[in-house]
Amino acid sequence: MDKIQLSLLEQVADLHEVPEGAYSLRIDGVLYGKRSSENIEIVKKEDKPGIDIIIKPGTKNESVHIPVLLSQTGLKELVYNDFHIGEGADVTIVAGCGIHNGGDGDAEHSGIHSFFVGKNARVKYIEKHYGEGDGNGKNIMNPETVVEIDEGGYMEMQTAQIKGVDSTCRKTTARLKKDATLIVHEKLMTHGEQFAETEFEIDLDGENSGTHVVSRSVARDHSRQKFLSNIRGNNRCSGHTECDAIIMDNASVIAIPEILANHVDASLIHEAAIGKIAGEQLIKLMTLGLTEKEAEEAIVNGFLK
Amino acid sequence: MLELRNVSYRVENTEILKDINLKIDDRFVAITGPNGSGKSTLAKVIAGIFVPTSGQILLDGEDITNLSITERANMGVSFAFQQPVRFKGLTVKDMISMAAGEKLSISTACTYLSEVGLCAKDYINREINASLSGGELKRIEIAMINARGTKLSIFDEPEAGIDLWSFNNLIRVFEKMHERTHGTILIISHQERILDIADKVIVLVDGRVDTYGAKEKVLPGLLNVNAGCRFTKGE
Repeated sequence: MDKIQLSLLEQVADLHEVPEGAYSLRIDGVLYGKRSSENIEIVKKEDKPGIDIIIKPGTKNESVHIPVLLSQTGLKELVYNDFHIGEGADVTIVAGCGIHNGGDGDAEHSGIHSFFVGKNARVKYIEKHYGEGDGNGKNIMNPETVVEIDEGGYMEMQTAQIKGVDSTCRKTTARLKKDATLIVHEKLMTHGEQFAETEFEIDLDGENSGTHVVSRSVARDHSRQKFLSNIRGNNRCSGHTECDAIIMDNASVIAIPEILANHVDASLIHEAAIGKIAGEQLIKLMTLGLTEKEAEEAIVNGFLK
Repeated sequence: MLELRNVSYRVENTEILKDINLKIDDRFVAITGPNGSGKSTLAKVIAGIFVPTSGQILLDGEDITNLSITERANMGVSFAFQQPVRFKGLTVKDMISMAAGEKLSISTACTYLSEVGLCAKDYINREINASLSGGELKRIEIAMINARGTKLSIFDEPEAGIDLWSFNNLIRVFEKMHERTHGTILIISHQERILDIADKVIVLVDGRVDTYGAKEKVLPGLLNVNAGCRFTKGE
Protein backbone atom coordinates (compact mmCIF):
# COMPACT_ATOMS: atom_id res chain seq x y z
CA MET A 1 0.00 0.00 0.00
CA ASP A 2 1.23 3.51 -0.74
CA LYS A 3 0.87 6.53 1.56
CA ILE A 4 -2.44 7.67 0.05
CA GLN A 5 -3.97 4.23 0.46
CA LEU A 6 -2.72 3.92 4.04
CA SER A 7 -4.23 7.29 4.88
CA LEU A 8 -7.57 6.30 3.32
CA LEU A 9 -7.50 3.08 5.32
CA GLU A 10 -7.06 5.06 8.49
CA GLN A 11 -9.95 7.37 7.59
CA VAL A 12 -12.49 4.67 6.84
CA ALA A 13 -11.48 1.91 9.22
CA ASP A 14 -9.21 3.49 11.85
CA LEU A 15 -6.55 1.01 10.75
CA HIS A 16 -2.85 1.66 10.24
CA GLU A 17 -2.13 -1.63 8.52
CA VAL A 18 -3.79 -4.82 7.44
CA PRO A 19 -6.08 -5.74 10.35
CA GLU A 20 -5.77 -8.72 12.62
CA GLY A 21 -8.33 -11.48 12.34
CA ALA A 22 -10.64 -11.96 9.40
CA TYR A 23 -10.50 -9.29 6.73
CA SER A 24 -10.90 -8.50 3.10
CA LEU A 25 -9.21 -5.49 1.57
CA ARG A 26 -10.13 -4.30 -1.88
CA ILE A 27 -7.93 -1.69 -3.57
CA ASP A 28 -8.55 -0.09 -6.95
CA GLY A 29 -11.02 -2.66 -8.16
CA VAL A 30 -9.14 -5.81 -7.16
CA LEU A 31 -9.00 -7.94 -4.04
CA TYR A 32 -5.73 -6.88 -2.39
CA GLY A 33 -5.85 -9.45 0.36
CA LYS A 34 -8.14 -11.51 2.53
CA ARG A 35 -7.87 -13.76 5.50
CA SER A 36 -10.40 -16.09 7.06
CA SER A 37 -10.37 -17.01 10.72
CA GLU A 38 -11.49 -20.19 12.40
CA ASN A 39 -15.06 -18.97 12.69
CA ILE A 40 -15.28 -16.44 9.89
CA GLU A 41 -14.80 -17.57 6.35
CA ILE A 42 -14.27 -15.11 3.53
CA VAL A 43 -14.87 -16.53 0.06
CA LYS A 44 -14.32 -14.67 -3.20
CA LYS A 45 -17.35 -14.76 -5.47
CA GLU A 46 -16.76 -16.51 -8.76
CA ASP A 47 -19.66 -15.14 -10.80
CA LYS A 48 -19.34 -11.45 -9.94
CA PRO A 49 -17.08 -9.09 -8.01
CA GLY A 50 -17.39 -9.41 -4.26
CA ILE A 51 -17.14 -11.81 -1.38
CA ASP A 52 -19.23 -14.05 0.84
CA ILE A 53 -18.61 -13.68 4.55
CA ILE A 54 -19.76 -16.74 6.40
CA ILE A 55 -19.86 -16.50 10.17
CA LYS A 56 -20.31 -19.77 12.05
CA PRO A 57 -23.21 -20.12 14.46
CA GLY A 58 -22.25 -19.21 18.01
CA THR A 59 -19.20 -17.10 17.04
CA LYS A 60 -18.75 -14.57 19.83
CA ASN A 61 -16.88 -11.30 20.13
CA GLU A 62 -15.12 -11.49 16.78
CA SER A 63 -14.84 -8.83 14.13
CA VAL A 64 -14.38 -8.63 10.37
CA HIS A 65 -12.92 -5.70 8.47
CA ILE A 66 -13.80 -5.23 4.82
CA PRO A 67 -12.52 -1.82 3.69
CA VAL A 68 -12.51 -0.71 0.06
CA LEU A 69 -10.03 1.89 -1.22
CA LEU A 70 -10.01 3.68 -4.55
CA SER A 71 -7.06 5.84 -5.48
CA GLN A 72 -7.29 5.77 -9.28
CA THR A 73 -9.26 8.39 -11.11
CA GLY A 74 -11.94 7.20 -13.52
CA LEU A 75 -12.40 3.83 -11.82
CA LYS A 76 -15.98 2.56 -11.50
CA GLU A 77 -16.94 -0.65 -9.76
CA LEU A 78 -19.94 -2.51 -8.43
CA VAL A 79 -19.29 -5.03 -5.67
CA TYR A 80 -21.55 -7.62 -4.06
CA ASN A 81 -20.81 -8.62 -0.47
CA ASP A 82 -23.02 -11.14 1.28
CA PHE A 83 -22.90 -11.67 5.03
CA HIS A 84 -24.25 -14.88 6.49
CA ILE A 85 -24.37 -14.55 10.24
CA GLY A 86 -24.98 -17.86 11.95
CA GLU A 87 -27.47 -18.51 14.71
CA GLY A 88 -26.52 -17.04 18.06
CA ALA A 89 -23.38 -15.31 16.79
CA ASP A 90 -22.31 -11.93 18.18
CA VAL A 91 -19.96 -10.08 15.84
CA THR A 92 -18.82 -6.67 14.64
CA ILE A 93 -18.38 -5.92 10.96
CA VAL A 94 -16.41 -2.85 9.93
CA ALA A 95 -16.87 -1.78 6.33
CA GLY A 96 -15.96 1.48 4.69
CA CYS A 97 -14.98 3.06 1.46
CA GLY A 98 -12.33 5.70 0.91
CA ILE A 99 -11.75 7.40 -2.42
CA HIS A 100 -8.77 9.56 -3.34
CA ASN A 101 -9.45 11.07 -6.70
CA GLY A 102 -6.66 13.29 -7.94
CA GLY A 103 -7.69 13.24 -11.59
CA ASP A 104 -10.46 14.47 -13.84
CA GLY A 105 -12.45 11.24 -14.18
CA ASP A 106 -15.18 10.28 -11.75
CA ALA A 107 -14.34 7.57 -9.22
CA GLU A 108 -17.34 5.49 -8.30
CA HIS A 109 -17.87 2.67 -5.86
CA SER A 110 -21.21 0.99 -5.52
CA GLY A 111 -21.59 -1.81 -3.06
CA ILE A 112 -24.53 -4.08 -2.48
CA HIS A 113 -24.28 -5.55 0.99
CA SER A 114 -26.74 -8.27 1.92
CA PHE A 115 -27.06 -9.39 5.50
CA PHE A 116 -28.69 -12.61 6.55
CA VAL A 117 -28.83 -12.39 10.33
CA GLY A 118 -29.56 -15.76 11.87
CA LYS A 119 -31.81 -16.60 14.79
CA ASN A 120 -30.82 -14.73 17.96
CA ALA A 121 -27.64 -13.45 16.31
CA ARG A 122 -26.31 -9.97 17.03
CA VAL A 123 -24.41 -7.84 14.55
CA LYS A 124 -22.89 -4.44 14.84
CA TYR A 125 -22.19 -3.04 11.40
CA ILE A 126 -20.03 0.07 11.09
CA GLU A 127 -19.62 1.80 7.76
CA LYS A 128 -17.67 4.96 7.00
CA HIS A 129 -17.47 6.77 3.71
CA TYR A 130 -14.78 9.28 2.94
CA GLY A 131 -13.53 11.08 -0.14
CA GLU A 132 -10.59 13.34 -0.92
CA GLY A 133 -8.44 14.54 -3.81
CA ASP A 134 -8.01 17.78 -5.64
CA GLY A 135 -8.89 16.70 -9.16
CA ASN A 136 -12.04 17.74 -10.98
CA GLY A 137 -13.36 14.18 -11.01
CA LYS A 138 -16.22 13.39 -8.68
CA ASN A 139 -16.15 10.90 -5.81
CA ILE A 140 -19.33 8.88 -6.02
CA MET A 141 -20.60 6.18 -3.68
CA ASN A 142 -23.89 4.38 -3.94
CA PRO A 143 -24.21 1.82 -1.17
CA GLU A 144 -27.16 -0.49 -0.96
CA THR A 145 -27.83 -2.55 2.12
CA VAL A 146 -30.30 -5.38 2.19
CA VAL A 147 -31.07 -6.83 5.60
CA GLU A 148 -33.02 -9.89 6.63
CA ILE A 149 -33.19 -10.59 10.33
CA ASP A 150 -34.43 -13.93 11.57
CA GLU A 151 -36.32 -14.52 14.83
CA GLY A 152 -34.75 -12.81 17.84
CA GLY A 153 -31.92 -11.38 15.75
CA TYR A 154 -30.48 -7.93 16.35
CA MET A 155 -28.60 -5.62 14.03
CA GLU A 156 -27.16 -2.22 14.73
CA MET A 157 -25.97 -0.15 11.78
CA GLN A 158 -23.77 2.88 12.24
CA THR A 159 -23.08 4.73 9.05
CA ALA A 160 -21.09 7.90 8.62
CA GLN A 161 -20.25 10.04 5.65
CA ILE A 162 -18.58 13.17 6.83
CA LYS A 163 -16.34 14.44 4.09
CA GLY A 164 -15.48 14.48 0.44
CA VAL A 165 -18.19 12.39 -1.20
CA ASP A 166 -19.67 14.39 -4.07
CA SER A 167 -22.66 12.27 -4.74
CA THR A 168 -24.23 9.46 -2.83
CA CYS A 169 -27.42 7.53 -3.04
CA ARG A 170 -27.78 5.16 -0.14
CA LYS A 171 -30.59 2.67 0.06
CA THR A 172 -31.32 0.36 2.94
CA THR A 173 -34.10 -2.20 2.87
CA ALA A 174 -34.85 -4.51 5.75
CA ARG A 175 -37.28 -7.26 6.63
CA LEU A 176 -37.65 -8.33 10.25
CA LYS A 177 -39.08 -11.52 11.67
CA LYS A 178 -40.50 -12.20 15.13
CA ASP A 179 -38.66 -10.45 17.99
CA ALA A 180 -36.06 -9.06 15.59
CA THR A 181 -34.59 -5.57 16.04
CA LEU A 182 -32.86 -3.15 13.69
CA ILE A 183 -31.22 0.02 14.98
CA VAL A 184 -29.78 2.54 12.54
CA HIS A 185 -27.65 5.55 13.38
CA GLU A 186 -26.77 7.57 10.33
CA LYS A 187 -24.46 10.58 10.32
CA LEU A 188 -24.05 12.67 7.27
CA MET A 189 -22.39 15.92 6.37
CA THR A 190 -22.39 17.46 2.92
CA HIS A 191 -20.55 20.53 1.73
CA GLY A 192 -19.65 22.32 -1.48
CA GLU A 193 -21.97 21.22 -4.27
CA GLN A 194 -22.49 17.70 -2.91
CA PHE A 195 -25.68 15.72 -3.08
CA ALA A 196 -26.69 12.93 -0.74
CA GLU A 197 -29.83 10.87 -0.78
CA THR A 198 -30.58 8.29 1.83
CA GLU A 199 -33.55 5.98 1.82
CA PHE A 200 -34.79 3.43 4.31
CA GLU A 201 -37.50 0.91 3.66
CA ILE A 202 -38.23 -1.37 6.56
CA ASP A 203 -40.85 -4.09 6.85
CA LEU A 204 -41.70 -5.15 10.36
CA ASP A 205 -43.22 -8.52 9.52
CA GLY A 206 -42.75 -10.44 12.76
CA GLU A 207 -44.56 -10.11 16.04
CA ASN A 208 -42.69 -7.84 18.48
CA SER A 209 -40.20 -6.76 15.87
CA GLY A 210 -38.88 -3.25 16.22
CA THR A 211 -36.78 -0.64 14.55
CA HIS A 212 -35.28 2.70 15.42
CA VAL A 213 -33.85 4.78 12.59
CA VAL A 214 -32.01 7.93 13.59
CA SER A 215 -30.44 10.19 11.01
CA ARG A 216 -28.46 13.27 11.93
CA SER A 217 -27.15 15.42 9.17
CA VAL A 218 -25.52 18.74 8.46
CA ALA A 219 -25.84 20.40 5.07
CA ARG A 220 -23.39 23.22 4.34
CA ASP A 221 -22.54 25.51 1.43
CA HIS A 222 -24.66 24.69 -1.63
CA SER A 223 -25.08 21.01 -0.84
CA ARG A 224 -28.38 19.18 -1.09
CA GLN A 225 -29.76 16.29 0.96
CA LYS A 226 -32.78 14.10 0.67
CA PHE A 227 -33.93 11.78 3.43
CA LEU A 228 -36.63 9.18 2.82
CA SER A 229 -37.77 6.66 5.33
CA ASN A 230 -40.62 4.25 5.10
CA ILE A 231 -41.48 1.92 7.93
CA ARG A 232 -44.26 -0.59 7.46
CA GLY A 233 -45.75 -2.27 10.50
CA ASN A 234 -47.24 -5.55 9.34
CA ASN A 235 -47.68 -7.11 12.77
CA ARG A 236 -47.63 -6.16 16.44
CA CYS A 237 -44.42 -4.13 16.32
CA SER A 238 -42.81 -0.80 17.09
CA GLY A 239 -41.06 1.53 14.70
CA HIS A 240 -39.51 4.93 15.12
CA THR A 241 -37.84 7.08 12.50
CA GLU A 242 -36.15 10.36 13.29
CA CYS A 243 -34.42 12.76 10.95
CA ASP A 244 -32.69 15.74 12.43
CA ALA A 245 -30.86 18.12 10.13
CA ILE A 246 -28.87 21.28 10.60
CA ILE A 247 -29.01 23.48 7.55
CA MET A 248 -26.32 26.10 6.90
CA ASP A 249 -25.34 28.61 4.23
CA ASN A 250 -27.28 27.99 1.00
CA ALA A 251 -27.92 24.29 1.46
CA SER A 252 -31.19 22.49 0.91
CA VAL A 253 -32.64 19.56 2.84
CA ILE A 254 -35.78 17.57 2.25
CA ALA A 255 -37.05 14.95 4.71
CA ILE A 256 -39.86 12.59 3.83
CA PRO A 257 -40.71 10.22 6.64
CA GLU A 258 -43.47 7.75 5.97
CA ILE A 259 -45.05 5.19 8.26
CA LEU A 260 -47.62 2.61 7.31
CA ALA A 261 -49.56 0.48 9.79
CA ASN A 262 -51.07 -2.72 8.44
CA HIS A 263 -51.85 -4.08 11.89
CA VAL A 264 -53.86 -2.64 14.75
CA ASP A 265 -51.00 -3.23 17.21
CA ALA A 266 -48.36 -1.61 15.08
CA SER A 267 -46.99 1.40 16.95
CA LEU A 268 -45.15 3.74 14.62
CA ILE A 269 -43.70 7.19 15.10
CA HIS A 270 -41.92 9.54 12.76
CA GLU A 271 -40.14 12.75 13.55
CA ALA A 272 -38.34 15.12 11.25
CA ALA A 273 -36.75 18.44 12.08
CA ILE A 274 -34.68 20.77 9.94
CA GLY A 275 -33.28 24.04 11.18
CA LYS A 276 -30.26 26.23 11.41
CA ILE A 277 -28.02 26.35 14.47
CA ALA A 278 -29.94 28.22 17.16
CA GLY A 279 -28.57 31.68 17.86
CA GLU A 280 -28.65 31.08 21.59
CA GLN A 281 -26.43 28.00 21.18
CA LEU A 282 -23.81 30.11 19.43
CA ILE A 283 -24.10 32.83 22.05
CA LYS A 284 -23.71 30.34 24.89
CA LEU A 285 -20.47 28.97 23.48
CA MET A 286 -19.22 32.47 22.71
CA THR A 287 -19.70 33.38 26.38
CA LEU A 288 -17.31 30.50 27.09
CA GLY A 289 -14.66 32.19 24.95
CA LEU A 290 -15.19 30.51 21.57
CA THR A 291 -15.39 32.61 18.42
CA GLU A 292 -18.57 32.33 16.37
CA LYS A 293 -16.79 30.04 13.90
CA GLU A 294 -15.38 27.83 16.66
CA ALA A 295 -18.80 27.67 18.29
CA GLU A 296 -20.36 26.58 15.00
CA GLU A 297 -17.74 23.84 14.57
CA ALA A 298 -18.21 22.63 18.15
CA ILE A 299 -21.99 22.42 17.67
CA VAL A 300 -21.69 20.58 14.34
CA ASN A 301 -19.03 18.19 15.66
CA GLY A 302 -21.09 17.44 18.76
CA PHE A 303 -24.21 16.90 16.68
CA LEU A 304 -22.43 14.41 14.41
CA LYS A 305 -20.33 12.78 17.12
CA MET B 1 -13.74 46.61 38.44
CA LEU B 2 -16.77 46.92 36.21
CA GLU B 3 -18.04 50.37 35.40
CA LEU B 4 -21.11 51.43 33.45
CA ARG B 5 -21.32 55.04 32.32
CA ASN B 6 -24.64 56.42 31.11
CA VAL B 7 -25.62 53.09 29.59
CA SER B 8 -28.95 53.03 27.76
CA TYR B 9 -30.49 50.31 25.68
CA ARG B 10 -33.44 50.78 23.42
CA VAL B 11 -35.43 48.31 21.33
CA GLU B 12 -37.45 50.09 18.68
CA ASN B 13 -39.22 52.80 20.66
CA THR B 14 -38.94 51.23 24.08
CA GLU B 15 -36.10 52.23 26.31
CA ILE B 16 -35.26 49.16 28.41
CA LEU B 17 -32.23 50.55 30.21
CA LYS B 18 -32.10 54.24 31.02
CA ASP B 19 -28.87 56.02 31.77
CA ILE B 20 -27.34 53.38 34.03
CA ASN B 21 -24.30 54.44 36.03
CA LEU B 22 -22.63 51.83 38.22
CA LYS B 23 -19.24 50.97 39.67
CA ILE B 24 -19.02 47.37 40.80
CA ASP B 25 -15.99 45.90 42.55
CA ASP B 26 -17.28 44.07 45.61
CA ARG B 27 -17.27 40.31 46.16
CA PHE B 28 -21.00 39.70 45.81
CA VAL B 29 -23.34 42.19 44.22
CA ALA B 30 -27.02 41.35 43.79
CA ILE B 31 -29.29 42.92 41.21
CA THR B 32 -32.95 42.83 42.09
CA GLY B 33 -36.14 44.56 41.07
CA PRO B 34 -39.59 43.83 39.67
CA ASN B 35 -40.19 41.72 36.58
CA GLY B 36 -39.52 43.70 33.47
CA SER B 37 -37.26 46.18 35.20
CA GLY B 38 -34.35 45.36 32.89
CA LYS B 39 -32.21 43.07 35.09
CA SER B 40 -31.55 40.37 32.47
CA THR B 41 -31.03 43.00 29.80
CA LEU B 42 -28.43 44.69 31.96
CA ALA B 43 -26.61 41.38 32.43
CA LYS B 44 -26.68 40.75 28.68
CA VAL B 45 -25.36 44.23 27.96
CA ILE B 46 -22.43 43.54 30.31
CA ALA B 47 -21.75 40.13 28.68
CA GLY B 48 -21.83 41.68 25.20
CA ILE B 49 -24.97 39.89 24.01
CA PHE B 50 -26.72 43.24 23.59
CA VAL B 51 -24.89 46.34 22.45
CA PRO B 52 -25.97 49.46 24.35
CA THR B 53 -27.61 52.21 22.35
CA SER B 54 -25.44 54.72 24.17
CA GLY B 55 -22.98 54.85 27.04
CA GLN B 56 -19.78 53.06 27.93
CA ILE B 57 -18.82 49.84 29.70
CA LEU B 58 -15.37 49.53 31.26
CA LEU B 59 -13.68 46.48 32.71
CA ASP B 60 -10.64 47.30 34.86
CA GLY B 61 -10.51 50.68 33.17
CA GLU B 62 -10.57 49.29 29.64
CA ASP B 63 -13.45 50.28 27.39
CA ILE B 64 -15.19 47.05 26.35
CA THR B 65 -18.34 48.65 24.92
CA ASN B 66 -17.55 47.59 21.37
CA LEU B 67 -15.94 44.25 22.17
CA SER B 68 -17.65 41.03 21.10
CA ILE B 69 -19.07 38.39 23.44
CA THR B 70 -15.99 36.22 22.79
CA GLU B 71 -13.54 39.04 23.48
CA ARG B 72 -15.26 39.87 26.75
CA ALA B 73 -15.36 36.19 27.71
CA ASN B 74 -11.63 35.96 27.13
CA MET B 75 -11.07 39.09 29.22
CA GLY B 76 -12.77 37.42 32.15
CA VAL B 77 -16.53 37.86 31.87
CA SER B 78 -18.74 34.80 32.45
CA PHE B 79 -22.48 34.64 32.14
CA ALA B 80 -24.83 31.94 33.43
CA PHE B 81 -28.08 32.03 31.49
CA GLN B 82 -31.44 32.20 33.22
CA GLN B 83 -32.64 29.50 30.85
CA PRO B 84 -29.70 27.27 29.97
CA VAL B 85 -29.35 26.27 26.35
CA ARG B 86 -29.65 22.65 25.22
CA PHE B 87 -27.30 21.04 22.70
CA LYS B 88 -27.85 17.77 20.89
CA GLY B 89 -24.67 15.74 20.97
CA LEU B 90 -22.55 17.88 23.28
CA THR B 91 -22.02 16.22 26.64
CA VAL B 92 -21.68 17.69 30.11
CA LYS B 93 -17.95 16.91 29.94
CA ASP B 94 -17.63 18.66 26.56
CA MET B 95 -19.28 21.79 27.92
CA ILE B 96 -17.29 21.91 31.14
CA SER B 97 -14.09 21.36 29.15
CA MET B 98 -14.98 24.20 26.78
CA ALA B 99 -15.74 26.39 29.78
CA ALA B 100 -12.39 25.56 31.38
CA GLY B 101 -10.67 26.22 28.05
CA GLU B 102 -8.84 22.89 28.14
CA LYS B 103 -9.54 19.20 27.96
CA LEU B 104 -10.36 18.26 31.51
CA SER B 105 -9.57 15.04 33.27
CA ILE B 106 -12.64 13.18 34.43
CA SER B 107 -11.68 13.79 38.04
CA THR B 108 -11.45 17.58 37.57
CA ALA B 109 -14.78 17.69 35.74
CA CYS B 110 -16.21 15.61 38.56
CA THR B 111 -15.07 18.13 41.14
CA TYR B 112 -17.04 20.89 39.41
CA LEU B 113 -20.14 18.72 39.18
CA SER B 114 -19.95 17.52 42.78
CA GLU B 115 -19.82 21.13 43.92
CA VAL B 116 -23.23 21.77 42.39
CA GLY B 117 -24.64 18.62 43.92
CA LEU B 118 -24.57 16.37 40.87
CA CYS B 119 -23.12 12.89 41.04
CA ALA B 120 -20.51 13.11 38.31
CA LYS B 121 -20.72 9.44 37.39
CA ASP B 122 -24.35 9.89 36.34
CA TYR B 123 -23.86 13.09 34.40
CA ILE B 124 -20.41 13.36 32.89
CA ASN B 125 -21.31 11.64 29.61
CA ARG B 126 -24.91 12.85 29.41
CA GLU B 127 -25.85 15.01 26.47
CA ILE B 128 -27.04 18.54 27.26
CA ASN B 129 -30.35 17.73 25.62
CA ALA B 130 -34.01 17.50 26.47
CA SER B 131 -33.38 14.49 28.71
CA LEU B 132 -32.03 16.81 31.40
CA SER B 133 -34.46 18.65 33.64
CA GLY B 134 -34.44 22.42 34.02
CA GLY B 135 -32.93 22.12 37.51
CA GLU B 136 -30.16 19.82 36.32
CA LEU B 137 -29.32 22.21 33.49
CA LYS B 138 -29.14 25.11 35.93
CA ARG B 139 -26.64 23.27 38.06
CA ILE B 140 -24.53 22.34 35.04
CA GLU B 141 -24.65 25.99 33.97
CA ILE B 142 -23.28 26.99 37.37
CA ALA B 143 -20.59 24.27 37.16
CA MET B 144 -19.48 25.74 33.80
CA ILE B 145 -19.07 29.22 35.27
CA ASN B 146 -17.16 27.69 38.15
CA ALA B 147 -14.85 25.91 35.70
CA ARG B 148 -14.15 29.20 33.94
CA GLY B 149 -13.12 30.90 37.17
CA THR B 150 -13.13 34.43 35.74
CA LYS B 151 -12.84 37.78 37.49
CA LEU B 152 -16.46 38.69 36.73
CA SER B 153 -19.18 36.05 36.91
CA ILE B 154 -22.78 37.01 36.21
CA PHE B 155 -25.64 34.72 37.23
CA ASP B 156 -29.18 35.32 36.02
CA GLU B 157 -31.51 33.91 38.68
CA PRO B 158 -29.29 30.94 39.56
CA GLU B 159 -31.69 29.67 42.20
CA ALA B 160 -34.66 29.23 39.85
CA GLY B 161 -35.57 25.59 39.39
CA ILE B 162 -33.13 24.13 41.90
CA ASP B 163 -35.52 23.98 44.80
CA LEU B 164 -34.49 20.54 45.93
CA TRP B 165 -30.94 21.64 46.36
CA SER B 166 -30.52 23.78 49.41
CA PHE B 167 -29.71 27.44 49.16
CA ASN B 168 -26.84 26.87 51.54
CA ASN B 169 -25.10 24.74 48.94
CA LEU B 170 -25.61 27.35 46.26
CA ILE B 171 -24.23 30.02 48.54
CA ARG B 172 -21.26 27.81 49.37
CA VAL B 173 -20.55 27.44 45.62
CA PHE B 174 -20.43 31.23 45.28
CA GLU B 175 -18.18 31.57 48.31
CA LYS B 176 -15.75 28.95 47.04
CA MET B 177 -15.81 30.54 43.61
CA HIS B 178 -14.80 33.84 45.13
CA GLU B 179 -12.02 32.21 47.16
CA ARG B 180 -10.55 30.94 43.91
CA THR B 181 -11.10 33.90 41.62
CA HIS B 182 -11.00 36.83 44.06
CA GLY B 183 -13.32 38.44 41.52
CA THR B 184 -16.80 39.87 41.53
CA ILE B 185 -19.92 37.73 41.45
CA LEU B 186 -22.95 39.54 40.14
CA ILE B 187 -26.22 37.76 40.85
CA ILE B 188 -29.67 38.62 39.57
CA SER B 189 -32.12 37.33 42.14
CA HIS B 190 -35.43 37.84 43.87
CA GLN B 191 -34.55 35.55 46.75
CA GLU B 192 -34.02 37.16 50.11
CA ARG B 193 -31.47 34.54 51.11
CA ILE B 194 -29.37 35.24 48.04
CA LEU B 195 -29.68 38.98 48.55
CA ASP B 196 -28.60 38.39 52.11
CA ILE B 197 -25.11 37.21 51.12
CA ALA B 198 -24.54 40.26 48.92
CA ASP B 199 -22.15 42.99 49.93
CA LYS B 200 -24.11 45.44 47.85
CA VAL B 201 -27.53 45.42 46.26
CA ILE B 202 -28.66 47.17 43.08
CA VAL B 203 -32.39 47.79 42.75
CA LEU B 204 -33.55 48.32 39.19
CA VAL B 205 -36.96 49.81 38.60
CA ASP B 206 -38.30 50.55 35.16
CA GLY B 207 -34.86 50.41 33.54
CA ARG B 208 -33.21 52.78 36.02
CA VAL B 209 -31.01 52.25 39.04
CA ASP B 210 -33.43 53.00 41.84
CA THR B 211 -31.05 52.22 44.69
CA TYR B 212 -27.47 50.99 44.91
CA GLY B 213 -25.73 50.50 48.21
CA ALA B 214 -24.64 48.26 51.02
CA LYS B 215 -27.01 45.38 51.69
CA GLU B 216 -27.64 46.59 55.23
CA LYS B 217 -29.00 49.85 53.89
CA VAL B 218 -30.90 48.64 50.85
CA LEU B 219 -32.54 45.44 52.08
CA PRO B 220 -34.69 46.81 54.92
CA GLY B 221 -36.25 49.32 52.54
CA LEU B 222 -36.94 46.61 49.97
CA LEU B 223 -38.58 44.21 52.38
CA ASN B 224 -40.85 46.81 53.91
CA VAL B 225 -42.27 48.04 50.64
CA ASN B 226 -46.03 47.74 50.52
CA ALA B 227 -46.78 45.18 47.90
CA GLY B 228 -49.15 45.99 45.09
CA CYS B 229 -49.20 48.29 42.13
CA ARG B 230 -50.83 51.64 41.80
CA PHE B 231 -53.85 50.04 40.20
CA THR B 232 -54.56 47.67 43.11
CA LYS B 233 -53.99 50.49 45.58
CA GLY B 234 -56.65 52.46 43.80
CA GLU B 235 -54.28 55.22 42.66
